[in-house]
Amino acid sequence: MLLIHCPYCEEERPELEFRHAGEAHIARPENIAEISDEAFQRYFFIRANPKGVTFERWRHIHGCGRFFNAARDTVSDRFLMTYKAGEPKPDLGEAGGNQ
Amino acid sequence: MAETARRMSALEGRAYEGSGIALTPTAPASRLSLRAPEASLSALSKALGLTLPRKPKTTAADGGRAALWLGPDEWLIIDEKGADLAALCAKVSALHSAVDISHRNTAVLVAGARAEDVLGAGCPQDLSPARFPVGAASRTVFGKAEIVLWRTGEEAFRIECWRSFSDYVFSLLEKAAREA
Repeated sequence: MLLIHCPYCEEERPELEFRHAGEAHIARPENIAEISDEAFQRYFFIRANPKGVTFERWRHIHGCGRFFNAARDTVSDRFLMTYKAGEPKPDLGEAGGNQ
Repeated sequence: MAETARRMSALEGRAYEGSGIALTPTAPASRLSLRAPEASLSALSKALGLTLPRKPKTTAADGGRAALWLGPDEWLIIDEKGADLAALCAKVSALHSAVDISHRNTAVLVAGARAEDVLGAGCPQDLSPARFPVGAASRTVFGKAEIVLWRTGEEAFRIECWRSFSDYVFSLLEKAAREA
């Protein structure tokens, strides 16, 4: 079973306690009533879905209940790191490559 | 003859004892779901007579009352003597949310030398004493049900679950306990 480090519980927990919650770092436009339908579509529906390292939101739903962000490799399913919600997107550097 | 209503526990009459394992539903207790920011903790701790734990997976217990850390701003308070916990918190003016969940939850005590193994049938966490010491508590899963697991002794655990899940949780525990 995959072990995921929860930044709020400060330890690794089994994946059964977690739920995936979509792509991370998607900023809601501040002028959402004024943007065009196409711009809204890009914000609301269009996701990058890359092969390789991706930044995602996860929720420790059967634990502390908190949302946090994770960098995960979609090829190897390896979690590179997790960090608290609200913290800036980390620079993974070399670790960000496919391994 | 006047008939009187009798309160029945969700697990009334259910208990199991095997070699190295005993499953015992607990007596009713009062419970509180408490959520509060850091600034309110000292006032709430004073009102409840317990220091609310601030470290993940820890508890504070004293005289039948316990506070279990569930999240950075969330605690489960249990009072086995049935004290009105919500009334105690109502006197606190500091920001907090206290919801009485006494009747939402029920609990099962899992005790004996095989307690860790029996819980391992449904709980994916590492329950070895090094990772889950006496006094540790955490929300987790047991089979398909969400539970709060609290290690009360070397060979004793308390499972708090929703009463609607209690039949499933107890059946799965019993099945695991029957497997030698």
